[in-house]
Amino acid sequence: MVRVDGEPSASSLVQVRGLDKRYRRGGEEIHVLQGLNLEVDQGDFVAFMGPSGSGKTTLLNLLGGLDLPSAGSITVAGDEITHMSRKKLTRWRARHVGFVFQAYNLIPVLTAYQNVELPLLLTHLSGSERRAHIETALQLVGLADRMHHYPRQLSGGQEQRVAIARAIVSDPTFLLCDEPTGDLDRRSADGIMNLIGQLVSEFHKTVLMVTHDPVVAQRADVLLHLDKGVLVESGPHMPLGAVS
Amino acid sequence: MKYAGLILANLLRRRTRLLLTLGSFAVALFLFGVLMVIRASFNQGLEVAGADRLIVINRVAIIQPLPLSYYQQIARIPGVTVVAFANWFGGVYQDERNFFPQMAIDVAHQRQTYPEFIIDNAEWQDFLKDREGAFAGAALAKRFGWKIGDRIPLRSSIYPGKWEFNLRGIYHGSRPQDDETQFWFQWDRLDEQLPPGRKGYVGWYVLRIADPADAVRIAKTIDDTFANSPWETTTETESAFAAGWIRQMGNIQFLILTIGSVVFFTLLLVTGNTMAIAVRERTAEWALLKAIGYPDAFVLALVLAESLSIAVVGGSLGLLMAKIFTLSGDPTRGLLPSFYLSPNSILIGMGLAFAVGFASGILPAAGAMRLRVVDALRRI
Repeated sequence: MVRVDGEPSASSLVQVRGLDKRYRRGGEEIHVLQGLNLEVDQGDFVAFMGPSGSGKTTLLNLLGGLDLPSAGSITVAGDEITHMSRKKLTRWRARHVGFVFQAYNLIPVLTAYQNVELPLLLTHLSGSERRAHIETALQLVGLADRMHHYPRQLSGGQEQRVAIARAIVSDPTFLLCDEPTGDLDRRSADGIMNLIGQLVSEFHKTVLMVTHDPVVAQRADVLLHLDKGVLVESGPHMPLGAVS
Repeated sequence: MKYAGLILANLLRRRTRLLLTLGSFAVALFLFGVLMVIRASFNQGLEVAGADRLIVINRVAIIQPLPLSYYQQIARIPGVTVVAFANWFGGVYQDERNFFPQMAIDVAHQRQTYPEFIIDNAEWQDFLKDREGAFAGAALAKRFGWKIGDRIPLRSSIYPGKWEFNLRGIYHGSRPQDDETQFWFQWDRLDEQLPPGRKGYVGWYVLRIADPADAVRIAKTIDDTFANSPWETTTETESAFAAGWIRQMGNIQFLILTIGSVVFFTLLLVTGNTMAIAVRERTAEWALLKAIGYPDAFVLALVLAESLSIAVVGGSLGLLMAKIFTLSGDPTRGLLPSFYLSPNSILIGMGLAFAVGFASGILPAAGAMRLRVVDALRRI
């Protein structure tokens, strides 16, 4: 269950309380997020929509521990990340967050296998254990037969699948997807959304996704709209609490 | 080692650029190696100088002689163990360009004075028996293709007359830096052929002393002994004497240092620029690595590892080429007393390559380390 009314829930995987983010640009202060509250449970699939500059990506960056808020707190699986040191936050990201970016962000000189292996190199897994994890992840995204291909030898959809395999290979607590279909045609985008849906339904993964595409957003269980840093309305098909 | 694949893949991503950067290091270190060989050659006298050897020359100039009668007086000074003497011959073999040092030596004490030269006993006996006999260094014999038994004619502007020698032996240095370009013949032969007024003079004395710490006292005693005589002396250690020769040739050290510094500074600029470009074009990758949990220090280490790998591989290649070049023979055909790249020079070269690799990589690496993921992602 996703709540945005600020009512605390002990069972929530992600708890966001009074989240504020301000930037200073050229002497002007920009209030990107304003006292945002959010509760996300394990296995939820949440989509954030909103116009450019509404704070979607900033929210995702804050949830992923890539940035720090100006005020408020974020707690994920019991860890309050807003007061962690940079070093601790890096370690926390490696353990808990799987990122999927619009531009795939694969390393072009590494094969699909090596790209998926990157998060695992930070663990204490042996070579054979890493191999087993990578093969499973690539099988799941349907690219077991492309594991030794370089990104340039793959289509856009396949590259994003490799990026998803990289995001899930270390079994993170949740996935953060920033416009995962933004660079793809409709057919490939459908394929990617089917895959993400499968991760949620079959593997009970928690997914928080930013998108501009209403068709893609409809695939989520919960649709939240951000406007000028405030969650202003919910998707019509979602049972939500009061908007904060 | 699990990151070796990542480092290698990154290095190989732009192969032409990698080859050019490796080439820059290789050429710079090759040049460094050759400069070190030349420097060592000029400093060869210093490097081979025996700590227990003193040189006695005429106080006016080395070209002025000293009487042979000084021999016994020097030999009697306490602390002196061996005394030898020699004359510079200054001959020409076939052509003025074929320069090599020729000396009329005191055969009775030569081997005790210079024990670092390896001399075959049988060859030495043949040399002693033949008044026209001569001994040549191995490098000199190789330079002119001489073999034992060859007849070697020399012309001398200092000692007129017909000078021909029979090559009776070839000596070798026991250390790589030992001078193997000298030509020796018997001092008696020289003296016999001189007119009466020029007989009985030597160019310099070389003496060995029991205790190197006693060098100053012995040198002073010798110079005091011959003070106010027609042939006053200057006595100094062999290394001081060699350093004096080097000074006469100009500031070779400074010249070599200047050339070397310019080469390495240029290399630093080239490599630094290459690394800066390589780091900048991978901004998205640094952002990704940091986002998925790689620490800042890892990014720093990764860039430095790439930079140092190029430096070490390119540097090793250059020094290897320099070593092969020196092993293939002296291109000056024996003008330099030694042509040898020492292990010490190789180590210094590797150290310099490492330092340039580090210096060129540290700024881009620090930039990549400081990069904030959100800023980098925004730029993509």
